[in-house]
Amino acid sequence: MTNAIEIDDVSKIFRLYQEKYSSLKERVIKAGKIPYQEFWALKDINISVEEGTSIGLLGHNGSGKSTLLKCIAGIIQPTKGEIRVKGRVSAMLEVGAGFHPELSGRDNIFLSATLLGVPVKEIASRFDEIVAFSELGAFIDNQVKHYSTGMYARLGFAVAVNVDPDVLLVDEVLAVGDENFQRKCIERIRLFQKEGRTIVFVSHSPELVRATCEEAYVLDHGSVVGAGDPGAAIAALRESLQAGAQVGGAKISDPGKEAEPKAAKVPNVELVSIRAVSASEERPEHIFPHDPIKVEVGYHARSPQLGISVAIQLFSPQKEVIFGANTREMGIEGFDLDSDGVVEINFEDLPLLDGIYGVAVTLIDSGGNPISWLEDRAAFQVVNPSRVSGLVALNFSINSYSVPRIAN
Amino acid sequence: MLDWQSAQEDGRESLTQHVSRDRLHVVSSKVPVWSRLIRIWTYRALLLSLVRKELSVKYKNSVLGFAWSMLNPALTLVVYYVVFQLVLKNGMPQFAIFLLCGLVIWNFFSTALSGATSSVVANAGIVQKVSFPREVLPLASVGSALVFLFLQLIVLAIALVVGRDVPAFSYLALLIPAFVDLVILAAAFSVFLSAVNVYYRDTQHLLEIVLMAWFWGTPVVYAYQTIAVPLARHHLSWAFFLNPVTAIVITFQRVLYAKVSPVLATGSVMKILPTGSPLWFLGQLAIVFVVSCVLFVIALSVFGRMEGNFAEEL
Repeated sequence: MTNAIEIDDVSKIFRLYQEKYSSLKERVIKAGKIPYQEFWALKDINISVEEGTSIGLLGHNGSGKSTLLKCIAGIIQPTKGEIRVKGRVSAMLEVGAGFHPELSGRDNIFLSATLLGVPVKEIASRFDEIVAFSELGAFIDNQVKHYSTGMYARLGFAVAVNVDPDVLLVDEVLAVGDENFQRKCIERIRLFQKEGRTIVFVSHSPELVRATCEEAYVLDHGSVVGAGDPGAAIAALRESLQAGAQVGGAKISDPGKEAEPKAAKVPNVELVSIRAVSASEERPEHIFPHDPIKVEVGYHARSPQLGISVAIQLFSPQKEVIFGANTREMGIEGFDLDSDGVVEINFEDLPLLDGIYGVAVTLIDSGGNPISWLEDRAAFQVVNPSRVSGLVALNFSINSYSVPRIAN
Repeated sequence: MLDWQSAQEDGRESLTQHVSRDRLHVVSSKVPVWSRLIRIWTYRALLLSLVRKELSVKYKNSVLGFAWSMLNPALTLVVYYVVFQLVLKNGMPQFAIFLLCGLVIWNFFSTALSGATSSVVANAGIVQKVSFPREVLPLASVGSALVFLFLQLIVLAIALVVGRDVPAFSYLALLIPAFVDLVILAAAFSVFLSAVNVYYRDTQHLLEIVLMAWFWGTPVVYAYQTIAVPLARHHLSWAFFLNPVTAIVITFQRVLYAKVSPVLATGSVMKILPTGSPLWFLGQLAIVFVVSCVLFVIALSVFGRMEGNFAEEL
């Protein structure tokens, strides 16, 4: 397999000016002494993406993930290093970028597709498909300035996914549009994956990355701090988020402490074990649909902790969240934890069919911050003796009756 | 827009193969000029789209629409005609046609340059969000100026017919190299200025003044010989050709106005244009061609060096 994207030792330095001098007079007068700070938006990034894989870029705000995506797209050039991308790149950094408000939807399709480097003939042959995907119908000949935000977004996305890219770069664009449209977009992305295209996905949403990507990279202050399968990367993301939250502002004013951020974040209470088992007395070995199960989470508290809430998530075999609950958000009073103990979560009737389901548990302090979590460490398998298939065990009944024909 | 629809039908019949499928796109701050040129070429469809966009947006919501692009030089012509022919009495025969030959060229040049200078800044929205060879933006300004040039040439053609002016047919072929020179020269300055303007926004203001001085340094309103004769007296004839636009303008005048040294009603001879043969003009144009190409390559490499930080500077 060859690599679709090779990021080779890429760094990007931004110069942050206190004030912006963009007139000649000011530049001449202040030549050489304009105060600026160097800001490493990216630092020695090396990533290669094989053809046909989907990767996610995760990180908190300002971690450099969008900068990296812009570099891959060729919108900004790295200060150091080189990025090689094979094939046609389509970047969705903002839907409808390059649309001109005065032009009609039709003209804008041509304008923005040529902007993405597609020959006019090819756009013309895909024109109907683009219009159909955008669901604009007769509005396609109206000026874009009269479009609603949703229509605008739909048209933008329709163009971006219909340019037949080899490499698709997506940055949070799925946040726009109604649910129906979002679902359509994700379907399209899945179709791209099946067709063996390469996708780079920047998202704030770990769940979306877990559900769509095969690999993920976590960026923090411009460096890759975690890589691997999405589960591991998301764990690294949570760690870096927590490190950022706890060390906080001290990081900038006191760079000396940055060397050992790990020491600062030993939590007062930690999850130490997790298991999901059948709670059925008849067959403790297997879990059948509609059986009760319990999730036991062992914790170790270094000091008494008051008002701790618990969040639990269950994942489908496809790593989609099928259930999520947070006792804090549900208004359930927090628990007081001390020394060692177990939190037990009971599901009395599990309406699931065959498959291996993942469990993730997070402890949340009284302020709402996650303090400890375990995921990808526990799973349970549901065995389905009946002949129905799918994910959800639905109870149903069926009957047949005849309707007397009404004679005219 | 009609073109697109017909292209649409073509496209359905024969699906185009992907030209750029196996293209390796390198994002780096060091990309050589020739590969930049190849990249611009692959984006030629975008160039046309942008020209089309600029044209259809420019006169949207205006009553006279494209007529403005012809009215504008026509009114300038009237002003200069009144000042130089009627008030200052320069006595040049068929002054309106002489003026129009130069004005059409100069208008193209100045429209292209002033449009291009602000092109990257004006399109900040797409420069920050979409990847494409940014040189296409100033080149699109040159493209739309070209469309206006053709419209104004129509006005010139009408003027030639109305004024019963006969062009110099033996010089006619010179229009092609003159035209090529003009486009390359305008493109070179456009690409260069659009990049510089991102960093120094004064460029667009400075350009207005420079263009005005440059206009008066080019024999558009006055005859070439008016300046060339005194310069020759001081052995400075070459100085006039420091301005590359001069050779282009006098070629157009030589072909279309075609009065080198007419005998006036008073009996005196008025020297207007150089007396050179077609070959002399071709030589001048060849020099301008070389200069323009060198400038264009320099402009591309300067643009390439500055391009890396466009998205941040905007």
